[in-house]
Amino acid sequence: MVSKRKKKYTTGEGAQFMTRKAALKKLQLSLNDFRRLCILKGRARAVRDFEKLNRYLNNHPTLKLDHIVKERYPTFIDALRDLDDCLTLCFLFSTFPSLAHVPRDQSALCRRLTLEFVHAVIEAKALRKVFISIKGYYFQAEVKGQTITWIVPHHFSFTPQSKAEVDFKIMSTFVEFYTVMLGFVNFRIYHSLNLYYPPKFSAITQGENEKSLVDEDIFVAERVAGLNLPLSKTSNESVDEDLEIDNFDTGEEDAEKIEAKKEMETIKKLKTLFKGLKFFLNREVPREPLVFIIRCFGGEVSWDKTLFVGSTFDENDESITHQIVDRPSMDKQYISRYYVQPQWVFDSVNARDLMPVNKYFMGEILPPHLSPFIDKERDQQYIPPEERALYDPSVLEEQHKKDEKGDESDEDKEEESDEVSGEDDVEGEKNEEENESENTSQKLKLSVSTGEVYKEVPWEKNRQEQQEYRLREKMIKKKHRKLYKSMMEGKKDRAKEIWLLRKKRRLHDEKQAEEKKAKKKQGKSNSEFQKPSKKVKRIKTQ
Amino acid sequence: MGNKQKHLKRSIKEVNKKGNVNSDSDEEDDFMNIVNGEDIDSSDSEREIEDSEDEDNQPVEEESEADSDNISNNDTGEEVENEESSEDSESEETDDSEEADDSEEKEEGTSSNNEQTEVKETEKRNKLDKKQSKNKQANRNFIVNNKRENKPESTGNASENKKDEYDEHDTSDEEDIRNTVGNIPMNWYDEYKHLGYDWDGNQLLKPETGDQLDAFLKRMEDPDFWRTVKDPQTGQDVVLSEEDIQIIKRIRAQKIPDVTFDEYAPWIEWFTSEVEQMPIRKFPEHKRSFLPSRDEAKKVSKLVHALKMGWIKTRAEQEKLRAKKEPQFYMLWQTDDQSEEMRRIHKHISAPKRFLPGHAESYNPPPEYLFDAKELKDWDKLKNSPWKRKLHFIPQKHDSLRKVPAYPRFIKERFLRCLDLYLCPRAIKMKLSIEPESLVPKLPSPKDLQPFPTVLAIEYKGHSDMVRSISTDKSGQFLLSGSDDGTVKIWEVNTGRCLKTIKTDNVVRSVEWCPNAALALILVASGQEVLLINPHVGDILVNSRTDTVLKEAPKSNVIINERVRTTVQWAEPEDSLYKRGVRIILKHFKEVSQVTWHGRGDYFATVMPDGQNRSVLISQISKRRSQLPFTKAKGLVQCVLFHPTKPYLFVATQRHVRIYDLVKQTMMKKLLTNSKWISTMAIHPGGDNLLVGTYDRKMLWFDLDLSTKPYQTLRLHGTAVRGVTFHKRYPLFASGSDDKSLIISHGMRFVTKSPHRTIKASGKPRIFQ
Repeated sequence: MVSKRKKKYTTGEGAQFMTRKAALKKLQLSLNDFRRLCILKGRARAVRDFEKLNRYLNNHPTLKLDHIVKERYPTFIDALRDLDDCLTLCFLFSTFPSLAHVPRDQSALCRRLTLEFVHAVIEAKALRKVFISIKGYYFQAEVKGQTITWIVPHHFSFTPQSKAEVDFKIMSTFVEFYTVMLGFVNFRIYHSLNLYYPPKFSAITQGENEKSLVDEDIFVAERVAGLNLPLSKTSNESVDEDLEIDNFDTGEEDAEKIEAKKEMETIKKLKTLFKGLKFFLNREVPREPLVFIIRCFGGEVSWDKTLFVGSTFDENDESITHQIVDRPSMDKQYISRYYVQPQWVFDSVNARDLMPVNKYFMGEILPPHLSPFIDKERDQQYIPPEERALYDPSVLEEQHKKDEKGDESDEDKEEESDEVSGEDDVEGEKNEEENESENTSQKLKLSVSTGEVYKEVPWEKNRQEQQEYRLREKMIKKKHRKLYKSMMEGKKDRAKEIWLLRKKRRLHDEKQAEEKKAKKKQGKSNSEFQKPSKKVKRIKTQ
Repeated sequence: MGNKQKHLKRSIKEVNKKGNVNSDSDEEDDFMNIVNGEDIDSSDSEREIEDSEDEDNQPVEEESEADSDNISNNDTGEEVENEESSEDSESEETDDSEEADDSEEKEEGTSSNNEQTEVKETEKRNKLDKKQSKNKQANRNFIVNNKRENKPESTGNASENKKDEYDEHDTSDEEDIRNTVGNIPMNWYDEYKHLGYDWDGNQLLKPETGDQLDAFLKRMEDPDFWRTVKDPQTGQDVVLSEEDIQIIKRIRAQKIPDVTFDEYAPWIEWFTSEVEQMPIRKFPEHKRSFLPSRDEAKKVSKLVHALKMGWIKTRAEQEKLRAKKEPQFYMLWQTDDQSEEMRRIHKHISAPKRFLPGHAESYNPPPEYLFDAKELKDWDKLKNSPWKRKLHFIPQKHDSLRKVPAYPRFIKERFLRCLDLYLCPRAIKMKLSIEPESLVPKLPSPKDLQPFPTVLAIEYKGHSDMVRSISTDKSGQFLLSGSDDGTVKIWEVNTGRCLKTIKTDNVVRSVEWCPNAALALILVASGQEVLLINPHVGDILVNSRTDTVLKEAPKSNVIINERVRTTVQWAEPEDSLYKRGVRIILKHFKEVSQVTWHGRGDYFATVMPDGQNRSVLISQISKRRSQLPFTKAKGLVQCVLFHPTKPYLFVATQRHVRIYDLVKQTMMKKLLTNSKWISTMAIHPGGDNLLVGTYDRKMLWFDLDLSTKPYQTLRLHGTAVRGVTFHKRYPLFASGSDDKSLIISHGMRFVTKSPHRTIKASGKPRIFQ
């Protein structure tokens, strides 16, 4: 028996190594590349020439993404159109600590660029809508006719993610591109606003001494983060973003045109919404979003000096008109200012007018915060009563009145009925009897009866129509049948949803009204209970 | 104690060794420094060993810590010399032969007193320690001392200094160590009455301390109070001597404490400052000591090369590079909306924007948006298929902004968006923005299409079982109905009165009135028989003429085919049957499901679904003859029809309708119904439109002039269509189905047709066949 001949290098020490050919095959490299690889990764390390190794490793070429930005966004408008995801991701990354695949530089760059963008929006007064969601703050700005919406996460947005859930490397790659894109967008926006691009401040008067003490870059960066100082301009020419609608004398004005004019005026008003108002942010209020909003609409804002750099006036300034507070009560209050909760600012912006302050006072239960992004044109959607009241204030007032009336009348009725229920019933019966007798006597008297009017049964007509419609439905072309079916199903679903929301609201309102009543009653009964005791006391004393 | 002795022995041995080493080194090297080094080494090793004894030794040094540093520092070499001599004397015990060498060395030492101090300073401490240990052991000490005293000549003046050493200077050695606690913080004993233990293990009691008054009195009275110091070890008061005070004063004045020390002693030049004419070493310096190092040169050249090649960067360059690596922004787009000519992605579809949030996403939404218990349950139920959820988050209400936490899925959502952006293929999709109502065809109102039946006018009651088939006579005066109860009834249409009931032996599946007005005849399919009945209603003349026509069978000598004879047999009825009105009986070999007349009323066709290739039979009354038109079975025949004017036969099998030309005996057309099972069909009196009802809920309208495919497919019924029929004059047709409904449709060729009225039938609408 001849045993099978063993192949070379299949066992023993030889099996631990690989021939060069085998390695080439496995790595799918050419010999040249393999040599290069050996030098880069192997040789230098093998001969412990770390200097060389470092040199090789540090000398890797860095790609510039400028041309890719231009390729993907041939025009500036294109870039603006796609800015939503870019901004949201950059704002998120600016809150990140340094992670395995997210270098510190990247998040720092994100922070810088987003702050610059925010400054640009402030200078351009481009902010239009704001919204506090459970996810974060939504901001919507309008730059060059493009609406840009981004989300700024709430505080402490970073939570460690499992590897299976989120791959930070992918996100980091996105951010790498987005930072370049955002930088160029910022550059162009700044220039169109006549601002210096790496932002500069025209007048830092108080801080001259400080300036000499610290690194200037850091100093500027801090002021930028403060968001509270105007940037210096390259020229004093004002950039008029407001375009006048061209007036062609066509004689008649279209509805669209009128609408557009109206819109323009409201926006003009919106830009100066907070002009002349002085805000002070308490320390528990998130500084950045509020400063951004207030400055966007022309307000002056400041905060506690120890909270962050860049505060411009103190809390004891008497000219402050609004202090934004997010705590149930405060010890020291100034009589010259309103203490309002932050939602007031957001709601005012969305309403494009200063909301009445009384619902937003410190410690008040806030009215619901509504989304400004609801498309009003769409039919078949649920409109909560608060929103309806925004368009037509009379609705809510009526409702309130109704509620109050209802409460009162109910109570009155109850009270009255308690007192005179017995008598009423008797009287009612009597009346009915009388009426009947009168009727019969009348019938007997009149011998000629009027002809019966043919009464059209309303539901019968409706039924007929529906039946006809159902027959017509059957004649829909086969091509459209499925589409029609799905459309009708969608319609039905939406209707159901609206019905459900309405029902929930109704139940909620009823429940609340009941609670209110119960409370009132309790209060009353308590007071009643107390009163007699007082009397007793009096008697005793007498 | 034994332990201590051991240590002592070892230290002594060390000393001996040191002596040896010294002597060795003396032999070898001329240079003192080398000797010194070795000395130091050895002394170090001794110290290591004796460190274990430090506990004992430290307390002795308590006062003389400074002394040993300062005083002994300034001790003249003599003193040290003495020590050495003493050691040497010890070594003599073991090694006498080296005595001479030692003595030599000592001579040298004495001559070079100052120089040696340097060397000995390091040793001195150890030696002091040793001495102390020696003192502790009386016996040994005595021996050593004796030996020392025995050899005064060898050490010379050293022996004289010995006494000085013990009496004056090195008082630390003489310190009586009454307390054996060792070198510990004495405050450990603060709480006790004693201070430590003496050599016998008895407690050392703290001396009585007087109160403040005592202290005051003492201060006032005692002239030595100012120089009295408390010894922490013993708690005793010690009065400092004049010398001590002298030393302290000198230390304070930053002078050398020893009074006797000569600060200005003449300088002894051990290494001469003068340039020697002759080399000290007997061989010259090596050449390489004058040449720059080749190794270093190599390194330097490497660095220079690296600099030249730009591999190594200076700091300034590095800074520049770092600045370069940061993104540089410039005006990338010159205008807002005009793109430059460049290579770019063609037909790029930008990513769709995300949906904007509704009220439900608000941090403080209206209350109706919050989930109730049922919605929460639904939410949980869809845990494994979250895309089916109505919302992708649970609405939450926070009564204040400061209570809003970070959204835990934020990062995940952004990540998913990133994946969407780069993994999802994009396509432009047209979105319909139409109302569903616009898809419903606009049909004329049924009111404009009248007349058509709208109300149930008459019910014909009388049958006790399901009615399978009905038919009207040509004039429209009578209605014929056949039922499962085995009877055929004739009704007057206008009144609903049953004129006649004819009983048959079997279930009546199909009845039809003869279309020839001159004949009063009805065809009844009852079981396997087909009966030709004279109903005896209406015109008496017609009835009697019919009887006479059918009385005699025409004589013919045509031999009847065997195949036909096995299929059907013509027979005359018996008298009892004849009285009932039956004129001719055709006995078939299988059950007959349908009979139908030809338009002229001479021929009729019968259908036997189980008859295989003999399932369709055409019979002629005038000749009392039958024939089988088909030799092959083309499928399960459902029903047959004659064309009203032309000699065509329509045969409906399960899925197709075939049209045969009876004259040419060929198949003309095959109509494709595209349905699973045909139930019935009807032909328009004009002869060019065919209605086919199917069990799969459809009604097919064929225009025979157009194509073999249905002109219209009408899905008007919810269940199987059982019967269809045309109106004779109006453009109406009706269909009845199992869903208990009867639909009358208005159909006009080339004009939009509309179904316009549903009549709910009370039974299964088979009545119209």
